[in-house]
Amino acid sequence: MEANTRSTGRLPAAFLTPGSSSFMDFLSDQSPEMLPGNRSLPPLQGAIEAPHGTTIVAASFPGGVVLAGDRRATMGNMIAQRDIEKVFPADEYSAVGIAGTAGLAVEMVKLFQLELEHFEKVEGAQLSLEGKANRLSTMIRSNLAMAMQGLAVVPLFAGYDVDREKGRIFSYDVTGGRSEETGYASTGSGSIFARNAMKKLYREDLTEEQALTLVVQALYDAADDDSATGGPDVARRIYPIVTVITDEGFRRLGDQESADIARSILERRLEQPDGPRAALL
Amino acid sequence: MSTPFYVSPQQAMADRAEYARKGIARGRSLVVLQYADGIVFVGENPSRALHKFSEIYDRIGFAAAGKYNEYENLRIGGVRYADLRGYTYDRDDVTARGLANVYAQTLGTIFSSAAEKPYEVELVVAEVGSAAEGDQIYRLPHDGSIVDEHGSVAVGGNAEQISSFLDQRHRDGMTLAEALKLAVQALSREPGGGEREIPAERLEVAVLDRTRPQQRKFKRIVGRQLTRLLDADAAGTTPTDAPSDIEETDSTTTETDNGTGTAPGSTEE
Repeated sequence: MEANTRSTGRLPAAFLTPGSSSFMDFLSDQSPEMLPGNRSLPPLQGAIEAPHGTTIVAASFPGGVVLAGDRRATMGNMIAQRDIEKVFPADEYSAVGIAGTAGLAVEMVKLFQLELEHFEKVEGAQLSLEGKANRLSTMIRSNLAMAMQGLAVVPLFAGYDVDREKGRIFSYDVTGGRSEETGYASTGSGSIFARNAMKKLYREDLTEEQALTLVVQALYDAADDDSATGGPDVARRIYPIVTVITDEGFRRLGDQESADIARSILERRLEQPDGPRAALL
Repeated sequence: MSTPFYVSPQQAMADRAEYARKGIARGRSLVVLQYADGIVFVGENPSRALHKFSEIYDRIGFAAAGKYNEYENLRIGGVRYADLRGYTYDRDDVTARGLANVYAQTLGTIFSSAAEKPYEVELVVAEVGSAAEGDQIYRLPHDGSIVDEHGSVAVGGNAEQISSFLDQRHRDGMTLAEALKLAVQALSREPGGGEREIPAERLEVAVLDRTRPQQRKFKRIVGRQLTRLLDADAAGTTPTDAPSDIEETDSTTTETDNGTGTAPGSTEE
């Protein structure tokens, strides 16, 4: 529904009422049917077939944080999309990667981005990183009814905390439970493999380039063992989406940059299929 | 019971217009100018927190003179309108024209409704295009009319004098530093004809910059960047003699401006 400008065409009173700086609050007053959480599903037998996004990984390094995702969406045993994008900038200093039902997740991200932008415009200041993470929590919680029917959305949120001057990572569960991760985190179907790969490779003093390599390595390992996670597709030139957030803000690596990282890893894996070996003791 | 006096509709409207104009004239003026890479907003504002200019949407900026609580409400209404429209359709479907229209309807309804006091505000809604031809600037006076402006516009207390000053000197394709300098010159003019100095700390400056790589083109210019731009002018006056020449030749016309410039002053009394 457009701005409800019936009769005189003037802005309705709700638009001019001071108070909330939240777009979601405004939407729930003005046109509640547009809020994702306000839809209810009829009771169904079994799971609903819809494309699912898979693995997202994040790792922090001194000075920032990297967030990356593979490009595959699956529907049951079928590949629904080879080049889906699952990592988005949330605002200048944060990004969100999504696993779960792709359609709902993309809508959630769109609303989340708007929520942050709206607050910033109305208040003239950005939300704190914790505040942003909490807003995302609320949005996931409002999707709980859908999650119970198999349409869950589980994002990973990463950002640069301007006050504390460091990169931070927040992971979520389907009920909106939020927990801050130290070092590295992953979500989605391949998350176990990705997390274990990072567990062996992560160090606290990684440089930005090393952190970028680390997350692409982790995605490679996830794709190696999880059928729903896509590896680098050399033939079609589809490589993971890799983003980095530092005090300079959000940056998404160009296609060539991310291809170079993925190809250099691929090259090494031709000789060592299981990737770099960690020390035994 | 007392019988109310008969007041002719013309008189009632004139009184309301007078009331609104006086309220607006109490506020400081601000100017909005086109320059080569976009649109610049310049105003005198001693407050760092209460802004006269703000971002409405990706390419749309908002400027207001007059009563703070009234234009702040309109600003938030505009942000909500734009965000809701962009969420419903697409970001490209939010236009300054649509927003100006909604503002005009809102101001017009309030102005002509006897139950409400007229808003003492004058707004500017500007949208930066992908090229200079696509730039749009709308001025919205208190009564709900829309004026489609080109090049430069001034609103607030001393607006008429400042606009005639700007009209004569503004040209297309100015650099940001040139436009900023011109704006500061215009704002420094006193209603009586004198000039005063406006220090950089009291200036509020924002731009809609079409060359910004981000989707959101609105940016505030503060601190070092602002002083650098203002200083660039001072340094730039020696190599570019042409603009300074024009200033000097125009100083005679400025005095004749003051003749017309007394017109708004006299209506204020």
